[in-house]
Amino acid sequence: MSARDEIFASVRRSLGVNGHEMPRREAVRERIAKAPRGIVPERGQLSGEALLTLFEEQALSTLATIDRVKGRDKVPDAIADYLRRSNLPARLRMGADERLAAMPWDKTALEISHGKSDGSDLIAVNHAFAGVAETGTLIITSGPDNPSTLNFLPDYAIVVVDAKDVRGAYEDVWQRLRERDGKGHMPRTVNWITGPSRSGDIEQKLLLGAHGPRSVHIVLVE
Amino acid sequence: MTAHPTSPYFKDNAHEALQDEQLQKALSNVRQGFIDKRAAVAAKLPEFEALRDSARDIKNHTLANLDLYLEAWENKVTDSGGHVHWARTAEEARQAIVDICRKAGAKTVTKGKSMISEEINLNAAIEAAGMTPVETDLGEYIIQLRNEAPSHIIAPAVHLNATQVESDFRRVHTHLDPNRDLSEPVQLLTEARQVLREKFLAADVGITGANFLIAETGTSVIVTNEGNGDLTQILPKIHIVVASLEKLVPTLDDVSQILRVLARSATGQEMSVYTTFSTGPRRPGDVDGPEEYHVVVLDNGRSAMLGTSFQDMLRCIRCGACMNHCPVYHAVGGHAYGWVYPGPMGAVLSPSLIGVDKAGHLPNASTFCGRCESVCPVRIPLPKMMRHWREQEFERHLTPATVRSGLGLWAFFAKRPALYQFASNLGMKAMAWFGRDKGKFKSLPFAGGWTDYRDFPAPQGGTFQEQWKARKGGRA
Ligand code: SF4
Repeated sequence: MSARDEIFASVRRSLGVNGHEMPRREAVRERIAKAPRGIVPERGQLSGEALLTLFEEQALSTLATIDRVKGRDKVPDAIADYLRRSNLPARLRMGADERLAAMPWDKTALEISHGKSDGSDLIAVNHAFAGVAETGTLIITSGPDNPSTLNFLPDYAIVVVDAKDVRGAYEDVWQRLRERDGKGHMPRTVNWITGPSRSGDIEQKLLLGAHGPRSVHIVLVE
Repeated sequence: MTAHPTSPYFKDNAHEALQDEQLQKALSNVRQGFIDKRAAVAAKLPEFEALRDSARDIKNHTLANLDLYLEAWENKVTDSGGHVHWARTAEEARQAIVDICRKAGAKTVTKGKSMISEEINLNAAIEAAGMTPVETDLGEYIIQLRNEAPSHIIAPAVHLNATQVESDFRRVHTHLDPNRDLSEPVQLLTEARQVLREKFLAADVGITGANFLIAETGTSVIVTNEGNGDLTQILPKIHIVVASLEKLVPTLDDVSQILRVLARSATGQEMSVYTTFSTGPRRPGDVDGPEEYHVVVLDNGRSAMLGTSFQDMLRCIRCGACMNHCPVYHAVGGHAYGWVYPGPMGAVLSPSLIGVDKAGHLPNASTFCGRCESVCPVRIPLPKMMRHWREQEFERHLTPATVRSGLGLWAFFAKRPALYQFASNLGMKAMAWFGRDKGKFKSLPFAGGWTDYRDFPAPQGGTFQEQWKARKGGRA
């Protein structure tokens, strides 16, 4: 017997089943197909300004920073301003995201390069698929538009998120992703990012910037 | 063979740990940090207790149908272009991983934090095959430099102090300026970041564990705060996940339920910084991500736990809350347990995986205070299961003769209540008389195991039974 067959045989022997029981098969099929929600915290069940405020507060509590801007056109200026305030060079790397590409970067002095990171970029910007107000979490899906390396290699991560993509709970975002990619399908990587990288491994002291970005700056676009 | 256990010598290990000043200093960080943080974050979420029930129920449902969820998950992994390798034993898992690395001509293999890789002693196998394994979690990196095992499942270097880390870095990072300042923890972190950045970029294969495997989508999930797991898995050509088979959960919604209790129970965060869902290799058009995605699924004794009184242990999501709240762990740390999994969860799991003959002492290392069960996010009845092991140990005559005769003596009196009351009364009065001046004993015959470390209080105010009667069964 192959290792695989033997493991399945052992699992079934222990459970006292043979794997052909229709009620079990049906229960499993149904759970996967319906993906019931379970308990969704009250906290995120908000809308409009209250939802965005919760997202902002929660993000700040994870030690991310956040700017709110009215309209996509304002994003490049807001980012240029953030870099100036933080004494950072006016240089950015980004992927091929169309929403980012359509923004008026040429009206700023920012120097923009495109593609994944090879580790030499100080600052990168990605566009989030969604934000989750419950915990101030950013959700970014991989692909040429928003390469995963841009989330991890640069020292400073900037993430743009549309206010209309902010949801109360994780489950709401899974629902949207199923609508986009089809039920049961996922992009190669889905990153949930909740604040800047940190470690408590030395004497349980909180230190920022362990391997990923030391700073996460969110631009929330209304 | 799995990682070599010293669990049979638990008593000696514990004795040494209690004498170790550095260790005792480091352990005070556990006592202070984790407990308050968890309590505060749990109090902020009104649904926390209900979510614990939900997490328990999801795990129970999955375990009861584990064969079917494994099948569904495997199909999805294959559909998305990944490869599944089944390993009955630690040896088979090591072999599968080494084969993949060899085929890729790997030289440097980076690793995210994985308890399964500790369980199967993976680093030694990678080294024996002529490749260099590099642990990238800061805590794991530190203990790799020291050639030690982790002492905690989520804080592997919690037994160390910053000065010890500093001297290890000076010993190993000889290419750096010997006069550099490393007096602050942040300087140690920055140095590790620089050194490991080069390894991440040079690695040919990246190995991570998995907190969950999702049947709905064929996805593996890792949860970290540092981002090292992500750099481990997106930069090299090949990503290998090594996971045990009870990591299965049915759906994305189910995993979200459990994630709501995981970080809160573990580090007291509402959510860890990075929760990453990986499905298959990079897609057409992707500019980064691994070209190959493999999952090595390990059994190593777990399938045999299903259907037994230890099935509940397979719900464990490795949050570490049970050890963070354990007075025995606080006193002796993780290494004393002598194998990969310390604390209450280790005391229950280790005898299942390496045998009650080797790990039978561990379930005895409990005061049965019940704090572990009271904080376990998936409500594993850890004290009850430790009791099961004690019974088995006793039945299989593995209990030492002194304990057996002690228990026999106690049973003799317990079956004769009048005699018991007479004897305990007499004993108590004698002790109260001898200890009447100081109110405590510095040493007592037959009780050196206690009085070597702390005073034994002299009894005051009658036996338990007398007091119970006087207080009308505790209702007064
Ligand atoms: S037994 Fe419970 S508390 Fe302990 S690590 Fe596992 S899930 Fe966490």
